[in-house]
Amino acid sequence: MIISDYKHHQSAHCENGTVSNLLNFHKLELSEPMVFGIGSGLFFSYMPFLKLNGMPGTSYRILPGEIFKRMTKRLNIKVKTEKFSDKKKAMDELDRALDKGLPIGMLTSVFYLPYLPKAFRFHFNAHNIVVFGKQNGNYLVSDPVMDNPTEVSYEDLMRARFAKGVMPPKGRMYYPVEVPTPTEKEMKIAIVKGLNKTTSDMLTIPVPFFGLWGVRYLAKNLRTWDKKLGEKQAGLYLGNQIRMQEEIGTGGAGFRFIFAAFLQEANDIMRQDLFNEASAEMTIAGDRWREFAYLAGKVCKGRATSDITYPLLADILLDCADKEEKVFKKLKNLKA
Amino acid sequence: MEKEQVPQDDENLLEGKFTVVKYAVDKNGKYVKVPSVGWEPENVALKQAWEVINEKIEAAHKSVLSGEVSPLAYWIEKNMMDEKLVGDYMGFSKWKVKEHLNPKVFTALPQDILKKYAETFKISVEELTKIV
Repeated sequence: MIISDYKHHQSAHCENGTVSNLLNFHKLELSEPMVFGIGSGLFFSYMPFLKLNGMPGTSYRILPGEIFKRMTKRLNIKVKTEKFSDKKKAMDELDRALDKGLPIGMLTSVFYLPYLPKAFRFHFNAHNIVVFGKQNGNYLVSDPVMDNPTEVSYEDLMRARFAKGVMPPKGRMYYPVEVPTPTEKEMKIAIVKGLNKTTSDMLTIPVPFFGLWGVRYLAKNLRTWDKKLGEKQAGLYLGNQIRMQEEIGTGGAGFRFIFAAFLQEANDIMRQDLFNEASAEMTIAGDRWREFAYLAGKVCKGRATSDITYPLLADILLDCADKEEKVFKKLKNLKA
Repeated sequence: MEKEQVPQDDENLLEGKFTVVKYAVDKNGKYVKVPSVGWEPENVALKQAWEVINEKIEAAHKSVLSGEVSPLAYWIEKNMMDEKLVGDYMGFSKWKVKEHLNPKVFTALPQDILKKYAETFKISVEELTKIV
């Protein structure tokens, strides 16, 4: 059985993508940047005391699942979410939902999805996909990061849904049950709510690990990484930073470009030039982040010329923080 | 980033399976989705991460061959796991998994536990126990 009305659209990030694709199926057309913006996806955190695979915990976005939670709440969308302790039951429940003609979003581990390229298959348990049919015993998968739908076997999907470790998915699946069409006024309110959360997250959380304080804290630490950790370990730390910022899912520059795209789209709805201006400035900040990654990559590879130093990289990060601060201050305390 | 600047540094990390989406601005300054096959710094960072993993696998392989640890050590690294995660799959504590790293303890394990380890790593019992 195939849910033929379901349309697969590729996105940069999996969570935005599944939400956008599921809502489109339920007749609410929202782009990936819109989902990201209304869901207040943009963030920055740097928690060096929290090590993941020996690397400092760092992220350019809010916690997995939050974009989905926030954006559905802001647009009064009702979602049914189920989790399971029994594997077979989780698969049966999926089949039942598919039989009803519903495409289903679910959480999976990247490690157990054989259709993904090997180099990207780490133990990451919060990968969102949509299953929209079953054919010859295989499930039809709309993986938002891929350009085309693909297939996965019963066994592999079950494994991916029941991976253990950090944030185990526990067979979680979800689907919208009520999707109202927002009025223009409601869209404006949702956009403003999304933005207000982002600006306050980025500007005002009073601990040094989050928002722009986090960027500056990272800059401060990074300045002496090579002296404190030695070239090799410092290079690994830099590599980790590049991956979190640029790898699949970020849309480039640690989600900054997706955010800029959101501001641009929001401009058409809000009809305030402020948004286009903020978008253009965010693009410039994003380009600066990319410059950081570009130079850091040279250091990792041992190809850096002597003028590319850790203090120079730290200065670029400080500049990113300054540029973003202007954007967020401009967008602060908006009213719908 | 401008549309024309979206990097296309292919090092086959995506195995030709798909291209990823980047957001960039077109000539009119409008944001569009642009496909990319990779970017040099990303590729460098990803390969660097795999080097670390491969070094660990190689080291575990050597220790197994020299008889220092049981083959379990190799499969744990090969699957990028640790004792805690393997324990979660097996339904027992990381300490018990650590006990099984002892070659003597491992050789004496009953068939059903070996089978469960093999299932966890998606291999046969034969592959699990005979590292060459």
